Amino acid sequence: MIELKREAKVSKLGVELQTPETAENNVKQQVQPKIVVKDLVKIFGDRTERALELLKQGLSKDEILQKTRQVVGIYNINFEVQTGEIFVLMGLSGSGKSTLLRCINRLIEPTSGQVLVDGEDVTGADGKRLRELRRKVMSMVFQSFALFPHRTILDNAAYGLEIQGVKKDERYARARPVLEMVGLKDWEGAYLTQLSGGMQQRVGLARALVNNPDILLMDEPFSALDPLIRREMQNELLALQSKVNKTVVFVTHDLDEALKIGDRIALMKDGSLVQIGTPEEILTHPASDYVAKFVQHVDISKVLTAEGVMKPAEAVRLQDGPRVALRRMRELGISSIFVVTRERRLAGIVTADDALEASERRDPNLSRILIEDIFKARPETPVSDLIPILADSKYPVAVVGEDGRLLGIIVRGALLAGLVRKGNGSE
Amino acid sequence: MEAYIPLAQWVDVFVRYMELHFMGFFDVVETFIWFIWFNIEKGISFVPWWLLVILLGLIAWRGAGRSEALFTVLGLVFLQGLGVWDGMVRTLSLVVTAMLFSVVIGTPLGIWAARSNAVHAALRPVLDFMQTMPSFVYLIPAIMFFGLGPVPALISIVIFAMPPLVRLTDLGLRQVSPDLIEAARAFGSTPNQILTKIQVPLALPTIMAGINQAIMLALSMSVIASMIGAGGLGGDVLYGISRVEVGRGFVGGISIVVVAIILDRITQGARREKRVRQA
Repeated sequence: MIELKREAKVSKLGVELQTPETAENNVKQQVQPKIVVKDLVKIFGDRTERALELLKQGLSKDEILQKTRQVVGIYNINFEVQTGEIFVLMGLSGSGKSTLLRCINRLIEPTSGQVLVDGEDVTGADGKRLRELRRKVMSMVFQSFALFPHRTILDNAAYGLEIQGVKKDERYARARPVLEMVGLKDWEGAYLTQLSGGMQQRVGLARALVNNPDILLMDEPFSALDPLIRREMQNELLALQSKVNKTVVFVTHDLDEALKIGDRIALMKDGSLVQIGTPEEILTHPASDYVAKFVQHVDISKVLTAEGVMKPAEAVRLQDGPRVALRRMRELGISSIFVVTRERRLAGIVTADDALEASERRDPNLSRILIEDIFKARPETPVSDLIPILADSKYPVAVVGEDGRLLGIIVRGALLAGLVRKGNGSE
Repeated sequence: MEAYIPLAQWVDVFVRYMELHFMGFFDVVETFIWFIWFNIEKGISFVPWWLLVILLGLIAWRGAGRSEALFTVLGLVFLQGLGVWDGMVRTLSLVVTAMLFSVVIGTPLGIWAARSNAVHAALRPVLDFMQTMPSFVYLIPAIMFFGLGPVPALISIVIFAMPPLVRLTDLGLRQVSPDLIEAARAFGSTPNQILTKIQVPLALPTIMAGINQAIMLALSMSVIASMIGAGGLGGDVLYGISRVEVGRGFVGGISIVVVAIILDRITQGARREKRVRQA
């Protein structure tokens, strides 16, 4: 019971304490989410009003299809996306995730409900304002790449600027660094047929980034790529995101992909949202049998991070001396203990044997017996990376923050317990 | 045999009615078309024959390739040697003028048809009618409204040559992948930007195929139109038939073939080049 409580506390903290920047963003986020979707409904057909009425009366999708021949694409969609967040819409094909994505920039016109971006009602915007939003605020990346075969790579990347009337020199000057960022520096004069699938999607990404939008709408951008390239692109997207810090709405049908890149995941089924949560929440507390079934085959060690299984750190300070260290170890029943500086930065580890010897020598200083060469995990390190290290090491693994502070420790037993517990939770 | 549906009479009545009440309109149209054609023909015949050979050779070289250029030069020199240069200039001026009108009218119609399913559906039977109606039939109302000469000839040529251009423009624009159009929309393109920056460039090979076909049809119609005084190489053929001068008819015929091959290779070459650049 105590274990469980602490677990909950850590994961709650985990959301807010990822990095200093996101912590800062969190403060801003509470003022205003980047995207708000309210009661969004899309019904395909020519007599949508009747269908909408029936939907409000609580009829199911199938009943409405039978009675009115109108197809309910999505309904009752409510969520918010925070600035700088990667928000994943996940579901099987036909669950409405692409429709939902297209309702955000109104490539598909929602039947009712609202989409707010920075508090502005996108659903109420006129044609001119909508184009303005598409040009400046939100860009899109497509599953089929949807690049223009009659244009060079550079002209593809600069397309968004071209239609805004930006002069050739300037738009090229702005597109080139973006192409360089996605690793296509030497390809600007090439045409699409010369590029592999992965490279083509880099162009797609560059085209979306050149406009410098706040929001990236990504519709299964990596689904058409082979698995190796897909993984590479996912990593690059994450690396890119840490540089450009966009708000990303990412559609995928691949759970592993969702878990890997999503800050939060919204799981869709038959046109509505079944659960919204962090990858960990979805895995450990599935809201329904459907979600549980969806996630049951996930390799939990890849999703669980060091932060999720670490225990509060027991440590002594560098100036404490071997005697204090020995007493703490005896109290805790452990054979080694981490040593931190005055600022709680991790200095190293001392073993009970060394401390005993030092205290017998009457050496008051811990630094002589300090073992500094130890593995330091980061809070976001996946547990799967830690397992081999823990198996080889005599000592627990220390989890340190960006500033070198000791955040927690992971011992072998607790890691296994954590895996088993979470694994059971998702079954 | 008695016709139960007197369609022939109806058409006669309609044409007479038009003739009576819209003569002023037809006069304006006639003057306009004549003015444009006259200047084009003047322009072409103003150029000395050897210079025209060089100019067309250059166009073929730039637009299509070296072998096309060689054929153009040799073919034109051959025509000059046959002594049909003036007829060739007349035929060329008719085809160029007819193409000008066809492109100016046909391309926008094609674009309109591509954008609207209603227009597409409405145009289809009209285009079928224009294309399948035996071409001689156009000559009759053309004579009645515009008399004899190049103008009625041009009108019947345009009617006959334009349908494939409209059709292929429509088809080419509709063939552009919806994904690309969606992407263009997603980046905030206006409908006109989608048309000019995405659809037309991508449909260009198909539109060029339409122009190529229209040119071939215009050339064949120009021969038939010689019956109403269009003149040109077709006139030589007609003269050969009516006087049973096999030799003269043959010279006219072979000249038309040479002109046709030159025009076809140049326009197809231009089309091929577009394809290569896109690939």
